Amino acid sequence: MEAAPVPGGGRAVLERSPLARLPDRALRYALTALAAAFLALIAYFFVRLVGEASPAFEKFGIFGFTFGRNWNVSAEHFGALPLLVGTLITSALALLIGVPVAVATAIYATELCPQRLRSPLTVLVELLAAVPSVVYGLWGIFFLAPKLQPAEQWLADRVSFIPFIGGGLVTIPNYFVTGLVLAIMILPIVSAISREVMATVPSDQKEAALGLGATRWEMIRTAVLPFSRAGIVGGAMLGLGRAIGETIAVTILIGDAPKLSGHLFEQGYSLAAVIANEFGEAQGLHRSALFAAGLVLFVLTLLVNAVARGFVLRAARPTRRQDAATDEAARHPETAGP
Amino acid sequence: MSAHGASEGPLERFAVSPTRRRRDKAARTAILAATVIALIPLVLIIYYLLRKGLGSWSVDFFTTDPTGNTFFKNSQIGGIKSAILGTLEIVALASAIAIPIGICMAIWLVEYGRQSRFANTVRFAVDVMTGVPSIIFGLFIYIALVVGTGSTYAGYKGSLALALLMLPVVIRAAEVILRLVPGELRESALALGAPRWRVTLRIVLPTALPGMLTGVLLAVARAAGETAPLLFTAGATLKTNFNVNQFTNSLPVQIYNDVISPTTSVEHRAWGAALTLVSMILLLNVLARFVSRRSRLG
Repeated sequence: MEAAPVPGGGRAVLERSPLARLPDRALRYALTALAAAFLALIAYFFVRLVGEASPAFEKFGIFGFTFGRNWNVSAEHFGALPLLVGTLITSALALLIGVPVAVATAIYATELCPQRLRSPLTVLVELLAAVPSVVYGLWGIFFLAPKLQPAEQWLADRVSFIPFIGGGLVTIPNYFVTGLVLAIMILPIVSAISREVMATVPSDQKEAALGLGATRWEMIRTAVLPFSRAGIVGGAMLGLGRAIGETIAVTILIGDAPKLSGHLFEQGYSLAAVIANEFGEAQGLHRSALFAAGLVLFVLTLLVNAVARGFVLRAARPTRRQDAATDEAARHPETAGP
Repeated sequence: MSAHGASEGPLERFAVSPTRRRRDKAARTAILAATVIALIPLVLIIYYLLRKGLGSWSVDFFTTDPTGNTFFKNSQIGGIKSAILGTLEIVALASAIAIPIGICMAIWLVEYGRQSRFANTVRFAVDVMTGVPSIIFGLFIYIALVVGTGSTYAGYKGSLALALLMLPVVIRAAEVILRLVPGELRESALALGAPRWRVTLRIVLPTALPGMLTGVLLAVARAAGETAPLLFTAGATLKTNFNVNQFTNSLPVQIYNDVISPTTSVEHRAWGAALTLVSMILLLNVLARFVSRRSRLG
């Protein structure tokens, strides 16, 4: 094919022939098609998940399934409340224990630590993120849980007047140990995001605080923490999303008992754990109920992550520089860090 | 810890009061203590992995297949050969799928989609995928490829589940690096008469590739440690298997099955396998750090 003479003068000399422009279009269309296929695939998975879950939702109702108090496989009765409660208790524990420690390590690394120790400390905390979930489960069930059990029993006996914590027989797998291990697992991400947000606190604000005679701690309290609060909350919420979706370590440590025990040191279950543990043998309605549990889990993590992103982006507003750093941390938690 | 703010002599009246100084000291001690507490689990995990894991390492451990979870003596539980090879197969295939697709998606986002509504929808979907629990990816592949197809678990299905998990991580990492490629580079190439596709494939991509490698390696490391997506896609088996169209064993699934087994003798195999898995993942992480130091972008 030869380029036909184009009327219009000098521009025609620079114009490419239609044949030469073909690869350009091909690449553009191929890549656009790929992006469209990606969206279609996600939509397809979501629709199929809803479809597989619908028998359980039809039988028990969406509300009746999600908040039903009874999960009984042999009676073919499925209510997800015990699982939902287990997920929420363990994740809340993980936040309660993990976030203060993570924020403290972030403060130490950015404000108090000798310059030479900063990078090794960061690398060590990041190392926790490299340990696979199943290894946390292995370590938790063979080392941590048996070692902690006497201490937990001692505590439960001493404070038997407090509901939810005191009294009762402490089992080796329980909510508390699960929450503790989850706290260790979310520590690196919460710490990394807090550290990045704290690093963006304008140094003139910190210097101003010190110049007014503030001690180090007063400077941290009045300049660093208020400035990075939204970012820390966002990081904690991302950690919460992780804790809610964490599967294998929880399956190993929580004891897999679908009951509303109302006791911190007893066995329980979680949404993710029930899928990992029962899916292999599940048939019919049971399998549909597990898909429904997966859908509840999916929606729960979506909500938590959306709120987290909102917080981290809000933290980003004050300055441009911070915008880049926190935006990056929010979008890319896996590689957040040095 | 050094004293701050306390001055002697003529500035005496500006000195920090004892109460404030005590509070400062207490807060700093608490922060230091929390940092030390944060490192205790790491030390304990590494200590136990080495103590228990090294004990079960031997030549036989790496060259024989596991013998299952029934009541054997320690010497008869076999090794983890099939699990190591299976993990390598599954993760390699997952990487071969997720890395090219992820990089292509990132190229589209940065070079073609830019800030269009469609591109931002795709970005949103990628963000959503980043937060999806890993077991859900296993369910997705189960729904699409296992249920109703008359077939059963297979190694390549596990690879697809891991590829889904890696995809958002790879896209994000690649997009960040592609954005760092200076616009002048593209403009000079275009001004010299190079067509767009050549600029993208011959100028932008080669510039960005070394920088992308870090994010890509971290994604591979993350996928290698995942158990949940493999449970109902790749399954578990004892025998070494080079056909990814059949049940394929993997280190995480092997460890999981050993942990939940009622037999205590297989605990040794779990520790040995865990030490192997963590070593492999740490190697990838070290490699990622090394590569990131050598890259010119990012």
